[in-house]
Amino acid sequence: MIAATRGVLLAGVGGQGVILASHIAAEALLRCGFDVKQSEVHGMSQRGGVVTSHLRFGGQVASPLIAPGEADLVIAFEWAEALRWSSHRRPEGKLVSDRRRILPPVACLDRRGWASAYPADASALGDALVVDATAIAREAGNEKAAGSVLLGIASALLELPEQPWQESIVATVPTKTRAANLAAFAAGRTLHFPAAELAAPAPPSPPLVRHRLEIETAWCKSCDICVRLCPERCLTLDAALKAKVVDPDACTGCRLCEMLCPDFAITVVSEEVAVA
Amino acid sequence: MSGNEAVARGAYEAGVRVAAAYPGTPSTEILEALATYPSVDARWSPNEKVALDVALGASLGGARSLAAMKHVGLNVAADTFMTAAYVGVGGGLVVISADDPGMHSSQNEQDNRFFARLAGVPLLEPADSEDARRLTRAAFEISEEFDTPVLLRTTTRVAHGRSLVQPAERTEAPARGFQRDRAKYVMLPANARRRRLALLERLERLRVRAEEGAFTTEIEGDSTVGVVTSGIPYHYVREVLPDAGVLRLALTNPLPIERIRAFAAKFERLFVVEELEPFLEDALAAAGLRAEGKAFFPRTGELSPDVVRQGFARAGLLAAGTVPAAAPATTPRPPVLCPGCPHSAPFLVLRRLNAVVAGDIGCYTLAALEPLAAMDTCIAMGSSIGMAVGLAASGGAGGPVVATIGDSTFLHSGVQGLMEAVYSQADITVLILDNGTTAMTGGQHHPGTGAALDGSPRPAVDLVGLCRSLGVEQIEVVDPYDMGALERGLERATARRGPAVVITNRPCVEAPVKIRDHPFEVIDDRCIACQLCMNLDCPSLLWTDATWHEDRRRVEIDGSTCTGCTVCAQLCPAGAIVPLAMVGAP
Ligand SMILES: Cc1ncc(C[n+]2csc(CCOP(=O)(O)OP(=O)(O)O)c2C)c(N)n1
Ligand code: SF4
Ligand code: SF4
Repeated sequence: MIAATRGVLLAGVGGQGVILASHIAAEALLRCGFDVKQSEVHGMSQRGGVVTSHLRFGGQVASPLIAPGEADLVIAFEWAEALRWSSHRRPEGKLVSDRRRILPPVACLDRRGWASAYPADASALGDALVVDATAIAREAGNEKAAGSVLLGIASALLELPEQPWQESIVATVPTKTRAANLAAFAAGRTLHFPAAELAAPAPPSPPLVRHRLEIETAWCKSCDICVRLCPERCLTLDAALKAKVVDPDACTGCRLCEMLCPDFAITVVSEEVAVA
Repeated sequence: MSGNEAVARGAYEAGVRVAAAYPGTPSTEILEALATYPSVDARWSPNEKVALDVALGASLGGARSLAAMKHVGLNVAADTFMTAAYVGVGGGLVVISADDPGMHSSQNEQDNRFFARLAGVPLLEPADSEDARRLTRAAFEISEEFDTPVLLRTTTRVAHGRSLVQPAERTEAPARGFQRDRAKYVMLPANARRRRLALLERLERLRVRAEEGAFTTEIEGDSTVGVVTSGIPYHYVREVLPDAGVLRLALTNPLPIERIRAFAAKFERLFVVEELEPFLEDALAAAGLRAEGKAFFPRTGELSPDVVRQGFARAGLLAAGTVPAAAPATTPRPPVLCPGCPHSAPFLVLRRLNAVVAGDIGCYTLAALEPLAAMDTCIAMGSSIGMAVGLAASGGAGGPVVATIGDSTFLHSGVQGLMEAVYSQADITVLILDNGTTAMTGGQHHPGTGAALDGSPRPAVDLVGLCRSLGVEQIEVVDPYDMGALERGLERATARRGPAVVITNRPCVEAPVKIRDHPFEVIDDRCIACQLCMNLDCPSLLWTDATWHEDRRRVEIDGSTCTGCTVCAQLCPAGAIVPLAMVGAP
C-alpha cells in the first residue's frame, strides 16, 4: 500500500535557518524512503520577514503545498510565528515551537500607546510543545543549531528512525558546525515534555495621557533644532520661520523639543485623559 | 533539487556552453547552479537585454546557450526576444522566464506566457523539478530542430520547490561554428518579411508535432469532469480531484488544439485550471471549446490545493470544505533593512530635507515603509532618474527632487536616465547607493564590483568617472555612516541648479562579506526614552521593559546582531549609545 501523504510546515524569521532546516528534513525523509516535495518562499522575506517551508512526504506526493488545517506538524522557530501558523495544523496535528521572541521593529512603532503588537497570550496555541531550543542549542555548542533541536523533536513526533536524520545533517551542514548540530539534534530527540510554561510576559498597559505643545513664538529664533530632532516629525517651521505643530496627534510627549530648544520656547503639557 | 537547480541540470545535460543572466527572484539560482558545472560559461550581464543578446550571439556562433531572467526581465529583453524569433538559432537557444504569481518578491505578476504567443515561439511549462530538467533538455532539441528560440516559463513554486529528479549524463552538442547567413541574420525589412513567414510555418509544424502527443499526458477519469491544465496547477488538480480526467500540457504554445478537442469530447464538463490569466481558456474558446475556468478560479495570486478545492466547490463538484479556524492575531512582520544597512541613514536625511524621492528597486525600496517612509515612487528597474527628471519638469514637486538608485540598478538601466538629466539640465539630485553588490537578490556581482560570477577579478566600472563622462559637474562621494557628511552632501546637491550626483560608499553588511564591527549598547540610565533612534528602523534597536518618565519605554541594543555602524549613536541626543566595551567609563 502506498503510504499516505503527510505534511510538515516550518516557519520562522528570515535569517533563522528555516530553509537550511527544511533541506535537512527533506534529505532525511528521502533517506527514510519517502517521496518528498518541498516548497519554500524566499527573496524579499529573507530581510527579516516571515519565512516558511512546506514539506510533504509519503508514497507518492502530488502537491508540494500544505493547505490551511492540513499540516500534521508545524515547526515554529519563533513565538509569534507559532501563533501565525498554528491554524495550519490538522485538529490532531502537533505544533513545536522555540520560545524565542523576535520582536519585529514594526511592533515597536506605536510609541504613543507603545502597546506592542507582539503576542503575549498563549491560549490560542492549545497543546503546543514549547521549548527553549535556542538555550538547548547553546548548550550543545552553537546557538544557531536551534533548528536541529526542533528537528530532533520533530523526528520523534513523526515516529521516524533517527539515523537518516543524522546522516542528513552530516551531508547538509558545514563541517564546522556539524558536531554542534548533531548534539543539538540528539538533545531534541530525547527531550521530555512538558518542558516549560507557555506564557510570555504581559506588556505594561499604555498610559492614558494626551500631549499638547505650547510654543512661545516670540522666543523662537528659527534654529530648526526641534524640527530636525522630533522623533515623530510633528514640527515644522511656518512661513514666518517659527516652529509650528503640524501633526499634533503624533506627539508622544517625549519632551525632546522642550529640552533641546536653546531659548525655552517650547513646553510640553501632558494631560490625563478620562477613561471612557 | 530545486526547480532552478533542475533547469541548470537539464541545460548542462543538453550540452549548454554559454549562459547569461541578470539576477532576479525567483530565477537567480539557475545561473549560480550552472556555474558549478564544468564546460559551461556562466556569466552575469548588466541587464536582461544584454544577457539575451549574449545568448543569441553565442547561439549564432554555434553554441547551445541560455538566458535566464525573472518575468519583468523579459520586458527589458523583449526587443531582442521579439526579433530573435524571426532570426532563429544556430546552437539551441532557451530563454527562461521565472514568473512570480502572488508577487512574493516582485512589483507585478504579469503572465509571461503571452510573450510566447506574441513572439510566436514555443512555450514550455514545467510542473516540478524533474519536469524542469526534462523540459529544459527537450527545449534545446526543439530549438535546434525547429530553428527557434524556446521560452521555458517557471513560477516561484516550481523554481523554489524541491522534488526528486533523475539526472542523466551530458551529451556534448556538436560544435557548428558561425555560419554566415545574412538573409537570416540581418533583419532588414526584405529579409524580415521572409523570416516572418518562416516563423508562422515552423509554428504550424510544431503544432502538428504536438498533436501527435509529445508534450501531453492524459490521466484517464470518469466521464463527468475533464480538466486541462499546465505547470504546477496540475499537481493541485491531482490532489483535489484524483478521479477526474486530466490533460496535462507541457507545451502550451502552439497548442495541440485537436488533441484537446478529442479530450474534451469525453466529458460532460470541461475545466481549465491555470494560474493568473485565462491564457489556455481563451485559446480554447477561440477554437470553439467551451471550458469553465476563471469563473471559479482567481485571476490574481497563486493557486494552491486549497484555492483549487474552493474553486471546484463553487463549481458544485465538491462539498464546500470546512473553513479552517482563522489564525490567531499576531504581529505583522514585513521585511526590514539589516542592522547597520548603509541605506538607512541616507533616507533619514532625505526625509528631513523634505525631498520628493523617486525610488528604484533594490533593498533600499524598504525605505518606503514606516518609520523611514522616505520614498515616494518605485515603478521599475532604472526608472527613478527619468521619473525624477519628469517630477522636476512638472514644476509641482514642492520640494527638492531626488532619485535614489542602487549600484546594480544604476548599471542595469539608470545610466540613460542620468544622461537625460544632464541633457535637459534637470534640477535633480541622483543619490547612488553603492553598496558594491546586488543585495536584494542575494549579493551577486555586477560590472561595478570588480569580479565575475565565479569571483575571478574583472575591471570595475568607475562610477564617478562614468558620471563625469556623462557631463555631471557636481559629484560627491559620502560615507553613509556619517550623518553630518550625508546632510551636508545632500544639502549642497539639492541646493544646486542642474543635476548633481551623490554616491554613498559603504559595502552591504551581508555580502560579499558579513560585516560585524564592534557592537554598541545603550546605557540604561542615560536613555531618555525619546526613541529618536528608532526612526532608523534598525532591527537591533529594541524596546526594553524598563521605563523613564510617564512609563515611556527605554531602548536597548541586541549586541548579537548590531554591526556597530555608529549611526544610532550619532542620533542619540542624550549620548546614551556607546560602544559595548566602554560601559563603566566616565
Ligand atoms: C527588470 C528587473 N530585473 C531584475 C529585478 C530583480 N531585482 C530587484 S532589486 C535587484 C537588485 C538591486 O540591486 P542594487 O540596485 O544594487 O540595490 P541593493 O539591493 O544592492 O541595495 C534586482 C536584480 C527586477 N525587479 N526587475
Ligand atoms: S550601531 Fe546602532 S544603528 Fe548601527 S547596527 Fe548597531 S544598533 Fe543598529
Ligand atoms: S535616541 Fe537615545 S535617548 Fe532617545 S530613545 Fe534612543 S537611546 Fe534613548
